[in-house]
Amino acid sequence: MKTLVFLEDHEGKLQKDSLGVLSKAASLDGDVEAVLLGSEVEGLAAEAGRYGAKRVHVMEDVLLAKPLPQPRVDALETLIGEGGFDTVLFAATVLSADIAAALAARLDAGLNWDLTDVVLEDGKLVGKRPALGDSLYVDVGWTSEPRLALIRSGTFEPAAGADAGGAEVAKFESRLQDYSLAAEMVEQAHEESEGPSIEDADVIVAGGRGLGSPENFALVEELAKALGGAVAATRAVVDAGWYPYAAQVGQTGKTVSPKLYIACGVSGAIQHKVGMQSSALIVAINKDPNAPIFEYADFGVVGDLHEIVPKLTELVRARKAA
Amino acid sequence: MKIAVCAKYVPETGGRIDPQTKRLDRSGEGALNQFDVNAVEEALKVKEADAGSDSEVLIVSLGPARALEALRKALAMGADRVVLVNDDAAAGSDLVATSKILAAALEREEPDLVLFGQQANDSDGAVLWAAVADRLQRPLISQVAELTHENGRLRGKRQTEYGYDVIETPLPAVVAVSDAINEPRYPSLKGIMGAKKKPQETVTLSDLGVDADEAGEAGSRTEVYALGDPPARGDTVKIEDDGTAAEQVLAFLQEKKAL
Ligand SMILES: Cc1cc2nc3c(=O)[nH]c(=O)nc-3n(C[C@H](O)[C@H](O)[C@H](O)COP(=O)(O)OP(=O)(O)OC[C@H]3O[C@@H](n4cnc5c(N)ncnc54)[C@H](O)[C@@H]3O)c2cc1C
Ligand SMILES: Nc1ncnc2c1ncn2[C@@H]1O[C@H](COP(=O)(O)O)[C@@H](O)[C@H]1O
Repeated sequence: MKTLVFLEDHEGKLQKDSLGVLSKAASLDGDVEAVLLGSEVEGLAAEAGRYGAKRVHVMEDVLLAKPLPQPRVDALETLIGEGGFDTVLFAATVLSADIAAALAARLDAGLNWDLTDVVLEDGKLVGKRPALGDSLYVDVGWTSEPRLALIRSGTFEPAAGADAGGAEVAKFESRLQDYSLAAEMVEQAHEESEGPSIEDADVIVAGGRGLGSPENFALVEELAKALGGAVAATRAVVDAGWYPYAAQVGQTGKTVSPKLYIACGVSGAIQHKVGMQSSALIVAINKDPNAPIFEYADFGVVGDLHEIVPKLTELVRARKAA
Repeated sequence: MKIAVCAKYVPETGGRIDPQTKRLDRSGEGALNQFDVNAVEEALKVKEADAGSDSEVLIVSLGPARALEALRKALAMGADRVVLVNDDAAAGSDLVATSKILAAALEREEPDLVLFGQQANDSDGAVLWAAVADRLQRPLISQVAELTHENGRLRGKRQTEYGYDVIETPLPAVVAVSDAINEPRYPSLKGIMGAKKKPQETVTLSDLGVDADEAGEAGSRTEVYALGDPPARGDTVKIEDDGTAAEQVLAFLQEKKAL
């Protein structure tokens, strides 16, 4: 196996999940290499070495300064062609998912996504993937090389190796296609607004699009207040401007693990689940009996949140007052 | 402006995987993927805002013959026509094969803008657009929650792990939208009545110049080995609200000492 791990960076740091994938790859196959693409990223190679990379391929180009996928596909095509990698692993993010899928088309290479584990079975790489809203697990593989894989966010913890360190840095260059440079990022990683910190809360009440309107966030706020907890939101309502980004839970939001998570009008999409699945107790209120959230709620209520949430708030208040 | 929307026919309630073929069983009831309804709505908005009188919205889909009925919902909303790629040889296509087929169908139409939905709710990939954009050699903006169009340039705002980006691109381009980008309209009665009469073309792989061995299992680069159950979750309770749900939740929280 000759494995390459794509490393994502943000504000001078390596993204945690890509280090997790690197550690995992190193544990499967000692000879793991990594790649860093950006305008000033060489300084991050040493850290990659600590997490198991033997060699770090670096391409520095001002055209790679912004985190856009398409020029990165050109660079990876060049590197994979020269380096003869048979396996390329990505930690799933908005950026890397687009890179991996475009690379699959470019190389006619198989891509398996949303993997929650990769194992070697008789020397063959097998991916473990939950499917259909995590109601089923499938073992997946590749019929050609290179094998491309996107690992679900938060899957592998970074583990610095004892003997690790001193990764060799290999610089490379690549031509970038005109069409890859046509899209232009004019604003980057702009944090919309300040908001309360929800990561340390013991109790979280989350609201989703089922609330019906931004005003109805008052329902979850009241319940959260009665329970002494914080309020969280889904991307759907944050993107729609109903609630601040700081309160968003999920793949592109916060990861939380409170003692109690009450989801109101939240469908429970995988990308939401990855941010709250380690909550000790999950309660879901949703009017759709087939909502994916019921697959992992400890206590599920099929019903109208507009009826149930205010009543629950009253009951909690009464009980706390008693 | 010519706008193509890639839309998928999916099993109504998530579906099941056939243990024999290890493929998604598509024999049951199906519908237009809910996330693609947002893409159709956005296409209609772009068309409505566009001064060009020859503007059109076409729906491009790879799927079984009965997908046509579900795709009519897009026509009822206001889309102008449907191109369905239907071919037995395409069944079981993975990302590599699907992107090749859709790109071929799109190349035949040469749209200015290609729109995708947030994800197919049977595959949860949220990846196909990037593969198609690469095959079309066109710029891409994904996860777009706000789209504006001015002087032949698109501007998309989208969320990532670090906050909001704004990305601009000239046309022709590929854009994938988020489920929060708009509130899709409901088809009017007139729209529903008129949908059946709108052009609905079914094409095969050979019509697109795609070889049978580039499609389906032969054209795919991934495979499924085994199916299994998810890890056990311990005791879980699911109740139907009979008016006492709030009391039952409270009792549960007390029992678990979560108050
Ligand atoms: C790359 C990527 C990253 C993403 N990152 C995130 C992320 O970080 N966080 C996140 O949350 N999502 C994320 N998403 C989006 C995710 O896939 C879902 O689209 C989103 O979580 C849906 O939000 P929702 O549950 O509020 O809305 P919906 O899916 O629309 O669900 C609303 C629910 O409310 C229920 N409902 C409606 N009315 C009532 C009522 N009266 N009473 C009770 N229930 C009711 C409905 O049955 C439905 O289940 C991401 C997606 C992608 C592709
Ligand atoms: N068979 C298909 N035909 C047309 N469009 C599709 C098909 N499958 C997926 N799409 C489009 O690609 C988007 C993402 O799909 P996926 O990457 O499979 O989650 C969907 O929201 C659709 O817009």
